[in-house]
Amino acid sequence: MIKKLALSAMTVLALGSTPVLAAEAGHVHDFAFSFEGPFGTYDRAQLQRGLQVYTEVCAACHGLDLVTFRSLSEETGPGLEDDVMRAYAATMEVPDGDGGYRPAAGPDHFPGSALENAPDLSMMAKARAGFHGPYGLGINQLLHGIGGPEYIASFLTGFTGEETEQGGAIFYENTAFGGNVAMPPQLFEDMVEYSDGTAATEEQMAQDVAAFLMWAAEPKLVERKMWGFIGVIFLALLASLLYLTNKRLWAPVKDAAKNS
Amino acid sequence: MSGIPHDHYEPKTGPEKWLDRRLPIVGLIYNTLMIPTPKNLNWWWIWGIVLAFCLVLQIVTGIVLVMHYTPHADMAFNSVEHIMRDVRGGYMLRYLHANGASLFFFAVYIHIFRGLYYGSYKAPREVTWIIGMLIYLLMMATGFMGYVLPWGQMSFWGATVITGLFGAIPGIGEPIQQWLLGGPAVGNPTLNRFFSLHYLLPFVIAGLVILHVWAFHNTGNNNPSGVEVRRGSKEEAEKDTLPFWPYFVIKDLFALVVVLLVFWAIVAFMPNFLGHPDNYIMANPLSTPAHIVPEWYYLPFYAILRAFTADVWVVIAANWLSFGIIDAKFFGVLAMFGAIAVMALTPWLDTSSVRSGRHRPMFKSFFWLLAVDFVVLMWVGAMPAEGIYTNISLIGSAYWFGYFLIILPLLGVLERPTTPPATIEQDFKAHVKAKAKKSGPAPEQIPAE
Repeated sequence: MIKKLALSAMTVLALGSTPVLAAEAGHVHDFAFSFEGPFGTYDRAQLQRGLQVYTEVCAACHGLDLVTFRSLSEETGPGLEDDVMRAYAATMEVPDGDGGYRPAAGPDHFPGSALENAPDLSMMAKARAGFHGPYGLGINQLLHGIGGPEYIASFLTGFTGEETEQGGAIFYENTAFGGNVAMPPQLFEDMVEYSDGTAATEEQMAQDVAAFLMWAAEPKLVERKMWGFIGVIFLALLASLLYLTNKRLWAPVKDAAKNS
Repeated sequence: MSGIPHDHYEPKTGPEKWLDRRLPIVGLIYNTLMIPTPKNLNWWWIWGIVLAFCLVLQIVTGIVLVMHYTPHADMAFNSVEHIMRDVRGGYMLRYLHANGASLFFFAVYIHIFRGLYYGSYKAPREVTWIIGMLIYLLMMATGFMGYVLPWGQMSFWGATVITGLFGAIPGIGEPIQQWLLGGPAVGNPTLNRFFSLHYLLPFVIAGLVILHVWAFHNTGNNNPSGVEVRRGSKEEAEKDTLPFWPYFVIKDLFALVVVLLVFWAIVAFMPNFLGHPDNYIMANPLSTPAHIVPEWYYLPFYAILRAFTADVWVVIAANWLSFGIIDAKFFGVLAMFGAIAVMALTPWLDTSSVRSGRHRPMFKSFFWLLAVDFVVLMWVGAMPAEGIYTNISLIGSAYWFGYFLIILPLLGVLERPTTPPATIEQDFKAHVKAKAKKSGPAPEQIPAE
């Protein structure tokens, strides 16, 4: 564990390249997500809970403008029923092209950020990837995921309660960031009510929304891994056949050389 | 085509003769595929096929990606995400293309270092080597411009830094940089011209690859022993060689599939491993990333670029001797391009009479040190340019130049090479026998090669 921490700390240090990570190495907790490792897939119930947290909390300021509503009904993603998805979309408003607004439909994208300083969250899980190459070990990413959702969950649970005032604005200390950030703490126990009965602890909500944002950033993760297995099995088979062919092809040549 | 005597294509039927008199293309393909190839090629010789595959992979995936991509500063980033989300199989195409560039460079580095070890650059293969270096330079240019196209933060700031290299040229640098960018800073015109060139250059590479293959088909392949194929008669040549088809085609295909197995696993299970997370943030001219890191395959030369700071004595000397025209920045640029130039000049810097490193005891150690040096430079290239890292990159750069400019010329005089085998046939037999003994029922001590 210490080694792993040291490694991710080193990775974050070496990669301290994103503006958010720039200050100093923050502490990113290695949450275990369902979609890690070669066999990992998204947990549909978790994505739906994450969508709920996103909608009720994050969406007040942040946007998700690369994600379409219809993708919410993808089988490998949140898997909303079509009519549920459409009803959800209809609760949001998008520009109608004539300067007005209309209720959103399936093909529409989520609205962008409502607050100018709040970054869009569509790609955040990939943009904040922590366990990353080429400085981190490849096997780390293969088995433990890219570290982006870990960063998000650590960030949301990483507020210490310390506040500083700078130039009229209040900044909040965050251990995942490793410094002060402009975003105040957002998650408080039982602030959402999960319909599946899961207890809405701060950590639970943070992980759920982090998983949802990972899906938002990489919606084809499950399909990609499936093709990975098909390809690996096919190529392994082809490699064995070619190995045998090659061995047989060269056998007479090598025998002749051996016996000369 | 080949200088090694071998069977040639003879048109037999009427239509074959008819075509052959008008366009001898069947003969050309036959001679290319049946080229006599040294029997003793080892597994380091498979990377050429991998490289050819990479070029085809990049062109095919690239052409399909272009069908869905929008080369505009306001739309490029989102159009890449459109490919990732809405285009059927688009996520696979893009990850194959992005990681395909990494496989391409991985293969080219092994291919180059194989050439450096076995003396493949030596006479009469200098032209093959030079063309190879040109291909490598074009690959770097193509890869760099391709990395700009997704229009992420690293795309934008990488383009700013790299075009800034040209801005370091004294006097004319700034106009050149502006001309390259199509404006005072990286912007939509830059994206458009990079897109255009990123599409064009692979086809120039393909043309050079044909010349590269033609050149070594004319001289014949080098081989691990460094001994030339006997060309006195067809019979003699046949003792040293086997036709490329089927012996080496099958061998290379097997190796290619094994490489692709690993490649496919990386693409499917950790496709962002070699990328930079910042490139998933849309380019923002107002926000500079804390560290601008190029793709891994540029890092060794990036380290050399940054190694020569204003306090290094050679830089001070150059500055003084050039009456201040060469400053640290320009010196770094010269060093970076010089690092590739000295590699291109290897055929004339290596004075040894023996070709293969296998028969050069002193050369071996220096060569492996160079390989380690390359990896070390790659590592410091990724580190911030401060503290101990600047010293390491300076030492690494010094060895890189020292190897090519001092060690290689001197070794030819100082070193006593061992005697290479008389023929390739002999080398092949010795190798097969040694291997049979190793795996045979009565194991006994075998002398190292």
